[in-house]
Amino acid sequence: MMDNRNFIAKRAAAYFQPGDVVNLGIGIPSLCGSYAVDGVLFQSENGFIGIGPKAEGLMVTERYANAGGINFVPVPGSSAFDVAMSFGVIRCGRLAATVLGALQVSAAGDLANWATPGRAFGMGGAMDLCNGARQVIVAMELTAKDGAPKIVERCSFPLTAVKCVDHIVTERCVIDVTKEGLVLSEIRKGHTVEEIQAAVEPTLIVAPDLKEMEE
Amino acid sequence: MELSKVRKREEIIAQFKDGQILAIGGQTNQYMPDRLIDCVLESGAKHLTVYSIDSSDPNHGVSLLLQNGRVDAMITTHVGTNPLTNQRIQSGALKVEFDPMGTFIERIRCGGMGLGGVLTKTGIGTVVEEGKQVIEVNGERYLLETALHADIAITRCRRADPYGNLTYSGSSGHASHPVIATCADLSIVECDHLCDLGEMGPDEVKVPGMFVDMILA
Repeated sequence: MMDNRNFIAKRAAAYFQPGDVVNLGIGIPSLCGSYAVDGVLFQSENGFIGIGPKAEGLMVTERYANAGGINFVPVPGSSAFDVAMSFGVIRCGRLAATVLGALQVSAAGDLANWATPGRAFGMGGAMDLCNGARQVIVAMELTAKDGAPKIVERCSFPLTAVKCVDHIVTERCVIDVTKEGLVLSEIRKGHTVEEIQAAVEPTLIVAPDLKEMEE
Repeated sequence: MELSKVRKREEIIAQFKDGQILAIGGQTNQYMPDRLIDCVLESGAKHLTVYSIDSSDPNHGVSLLLQNGRVDAMITTHVGTNPLTNQRIQSGALKVEFDPMGTFIERIRCGGMGLGGVLTKTGIGTVVEEGKQVIEVNGERYLLETALHADIAITRCRRADPYGNLTYSGSSGHASHPVIATCADLSIVECDHLCDLGEMGPDEVKVPGMFVDMILA
């Protein structure tokens, strides 16, 4: 059986359509590339559309690294450009989706993922991605390692962007952010609505057509 | 008149002085202007302010300047890959302003392109908004982000010709380099390959030589 991180990445990748240009964050989101349909192009903040597989041997060059510093081989049809163009790509409204990790997501879809009260590491491209991408998909484990809720009424950590999240994909469920509130739309086999509700702060709306997550 | 902008290393080292603002190209610890960063270290310049997308990894790139106590302040977007930077922030040795990456590069672009600033929605409703002018255009709220201009820009390119026409290659091979190369009073570039005049076609040139002052070949 696939581990939780890959399980989350596979479900998040199901949002991508052929022809989409998509940005993946570091951590769990970076695994989505392995599960995307053909015809999806991956974008990198440092100036690229068409990130391909990890480079090995003679194909390694420091001129081709993704935003996580991993050297890659470009796919046919790639394009390279500078960071100013790259953030034009991100803000222009044509970027189909971004998949990011989160420290906290609020009931209204606010995202906090760049700083805790004790430590600020910088927002990098996350604020632009959350404002620019057509879909903001959070891919994360449902709770923090100590079991504390990450889906909260209001974020206590510094915000990345306000009302930006569309979908939250976790190892136990999928939650959609809607005007009415957080909707539990998919649940994994072996888990109950009560258990998911107990792990998050806001009251969830259970979708009338609640589905089982595909293994 | 000497038309070639190729300079001896010693002449480049002599440009760096205490208290300057340096804009440094590169990102994610890859394809940094490593030979020019060595020049800054050798110059002994300190109390520097650095504009850079990140602070590299420990013992590389921008981090070498931080670790050697040369930098008092940074405007940057992300330092998560370098725990030493966070230590220096916590101890008060380094003052850091975090900008969203798209905002950072647009401020730099404005500094190079003769513009006063740019309007962006990025950062609305977050700490980035604090202290900034909000301007409403066609019913939408934007932050006014002002231009950044440096004393010296140090960047790297794939190919340069003696006039300073520059070409780039790859993702990290572009990154912030072409934008940073335009944003300073003195723009110094290190190139992987020095071409003869006319060897690069006009269509290949990304940054025209007029933006470049010195080349480390």
